[in-house]
Amino acid sequence: MASTTASAFEYAPAPESRSVVDIAPSYGLFIDGEFTEAADGKVFKTVSPSTEEVLSEIAQAGEADVDRAVRAARKAFGKWSALPGSERAKYLFRIARIIQERSRELAVLETLDNGKPIKETRDADLPLVAAHFFYYAGWADKLDHAGFGVDPKPLGVAGQVIPWNFPLLMLAWKIAPALATGNTVVLKPAETTPLSALFFADVCRQAGLPKGVVNILPGYGDAGAALVAHPDVNKVAFTGSTAVGKAIARQVAGSHKKVTLELGGKGANIVFDDAPIDQAVEGIVSGIFFNQGQVCCAGSRLLVQESIQDELLESLKRRLATLRLGDPLDKNTDIGAINSAEQLSRITTLVEQGEAEGAERWSPDCELPTSGYWFAPTLFTNVTQAHTVARDEIFGPVLSVLSFRTPEEAVAKANNTPYGLSAGIWTEKGSRILAVASRLRAGVIWSNTFNKFDPTSPFGGYKESGFGREGGRHGLEAYLDVR
Amino acid sequence: MSDKTDKTEQQRLSVFKTYKLYVGGKFPRSESGRVYEVTDAKGKWLANAPQSSRKDARDAVVAARKAFGGWSGATAYNRGQILYRVAEMLEGRKGQFVHEVADAEGLSKSKAAEQVEATIDRWVWYAGWTDKIAQVVGGGNPVAGPYFNLSSPEPTGVVAVLAPQESSFLGLVSVLAPVIATGNTAIVIASERSPLPALSLGEVLATSDVPGGVVNVLSGRTAEIAAPLAAHQDVNAIDLAGADDVLAKELEIAAADNLKRVLRPQPVDDWTATPGTDRMTAFLETKTVWHPTGSLGASGSSY
Repeated sequence: MASTTASAFEYAPAPESRSVVDIAPSYGLFIDGEFTEAADGKVFKTVSPSTEEVLSEIAQAGEADVDRAVRAARKAFGKWSALPGSERAKYLFRIARIIQERSRELAVLETLDNGKPIKETRDADLPLVAAHFFYYAGWADKLDHAGFGVDPKPLGVAGQVIPWNFPLLMLAWKIAPALATGNTVVLKPAETTPLSALFFADVCRQAGLPKGVVNILPGYGDAGAALVAHPDVNKVAFTGSTAVGKAIARQVAGSHKKVTLELGGKGANIVFDDAPIDQAVEGIVSGIFFNQGQVCCAGSRLLVQESIQDELLESLKRRLATLRLGDPLDKNTDIGAINSAEQLSRITTLVEQGEAEGAERWSPDCELPTSGYWFAPTLFTNVTQAHTVARDEIFGPVLSVLSFRTPEEAVAKANNTPYGLSAGIWTEKGSRILAVASRLRAGVIWSNTFNKFDPTSPFGGYKESGFGREGGRHGLEAYLDVR
Repeated sequence: MSDKTDKTEQQRLSVFKTYKLYVGGKFPRSESGRVYEVTDAKGKWLANAPQSSRKDARDAVVAARKAFGGWSGATAYNRGQILYRVAEMLEGRKGQFVHEVADAEGLSKSKAAEQVEATIDRWVWYAGWTDKIAQVVGGGNPVAGPYFNLSSPEPTGVVAVLAPQESSFLGLVSVLAPVIATGNTAIVIASERSPLPALSLGEVLATSDVPGGVVNVLSGRTAEIAAPLAAHQDVNAIDLAGADDVLAKELEIAAADNLKRVLRPQPVDDWTATPGTDRMTAFLETKTVWHPTGSLGASGSSY
């Protein structure tokens, strides 16, 4: 889109080389330290969302494979949990180091498979992935000090199901604390982004991780459901949609499985009249256009104080016109491809519904590539709380703008959602930040910043955004018997 | 004939107590007009307890929601003061509770007294937690960047509590006190067979500065009252201590509809043992707040 609006700032293409990573034509499931075909021989293809090029053919896990992987994890659990924490720690430190060494390969791979800009995989995802393994490695031999009693025990086999928006980061969030606390894992990555998890299997091999401690089962929702339902799984961790989260909560009812759910959101980004406008605009942009808005904690509802609405919107639109959409491997790209055709059609449907309901749609002048799945950054103004675009999670680069007059109204509107994952507050006034933060029903509140993550900082939602926390000392609880 | 009359006139006829629910700081009868017979351990009639309906449960949710803002917004110190006041009141009414617990659980006076004393001590223990839990489970996070980053626990909201069926008073207080100590409001379903200590606790709460609606006490059929609470969209959490396995599973499925926080039944061998913090943390959310710290005197804007 820069081509039409900012010709003075034309950038030459600056593509990252994809030759740094070898993608095999096919991959198996990773069970008990070996790559293996699916029991029923099924395979599926994973494509690059920016070009629709087939990247590889992947074995598709079914129920029998889930059972095999859980048995491998159970077998490995005895020895793994009995290892001194200091030894488990060293394995995790090794993994962290190998990820750092190979982060360029992984960043390229993730960008190819997911469609997100290399700028983000290289500068956000990969450093955070390594940091998570480092952080939890250090906990492995200090669990007695974590505040969950002396000698806290692992739960057993953890069944983990992760989404496609941050494939490797979600893997790290799930696997690092599970291994640090002495559990073994069976992880199912999403069907559209299996590659980095399979690459991670190779990292485990290089680190010398004992067989069966980590098992990776690429597959579809049926494999995830079979994993959650497996009677020999002790702990279920899921990140994904609220609808699936509720199904999981029903599925595990009456069992002894411990569950954590990181679900959807509809984050409010609240801008007060005394906010630093330029910083707020940057925060709004990263809040909703980071990873094409495919972020559960995205700031998808902009609540702006009425007196500055026009000024802010003008600034925001000007900023959006400078965003560069295109080849995710180009180092100057801000907005990459939508992860899948299916996701693109979901976004399109919701946006059309927004228009039909009378909200006003705006996008910068923007040329979309002819192949791949793309959606231009989009603003909706003239939005009310009753509009679908203000209520339903769109999970794409779509921002709904609402206004408010008083802080009370801002808080009421921000809380007027079944979700409670994130929120943002922009104001110069410290006491207002603290007053508003204390009244927002959300698990993570970013004031005068947005979308910041760190392994030491617990993350998770209130209300229908799920339960449990990942990250930090709090994140250990999900994998320990703390009774 | 006249002799007999004289004799009964000499024996004082005791005054029975009409037990009522405790909802929104008031003592209503069940809107259903139903009562059920409560007997002692040997089957002797003790009282007619209100048999709450779905409507009573829904009224209790409204009361608990209304009270949530004030109670969760009160200072932790203030909540501690109020909870301690409850313990003071309990101590003063010890005789009544010893009597009720002895009847309810078929205990000797001295065993019942031990239970009641342990209960009062349990309440005092939780009164002391109100202003400490945030420091124990929250704190600063050393993130790798120029940010102030703080995690604090907050109450999850309205909590439905199915009190344990066997321990009519110590068990009741062991599950109720942690819920309100942290700033939640509660709807507690008393032990189905032995609801009288719970209903009397309502009277103590009403005279202890606990704002109306913070605790609501319902008696009746546990399964009947719990079902609408588990399915209620404005209930944030449920403690299934008093549910058997079949009921617990059913309620947990209903609770998934709005992703209520669920504390599953956990076998407790001995209610007198000092609890951990898990009954408090089960109904707490962790809120993490970030703010840039910037750097003094540096050029460039790190707001």
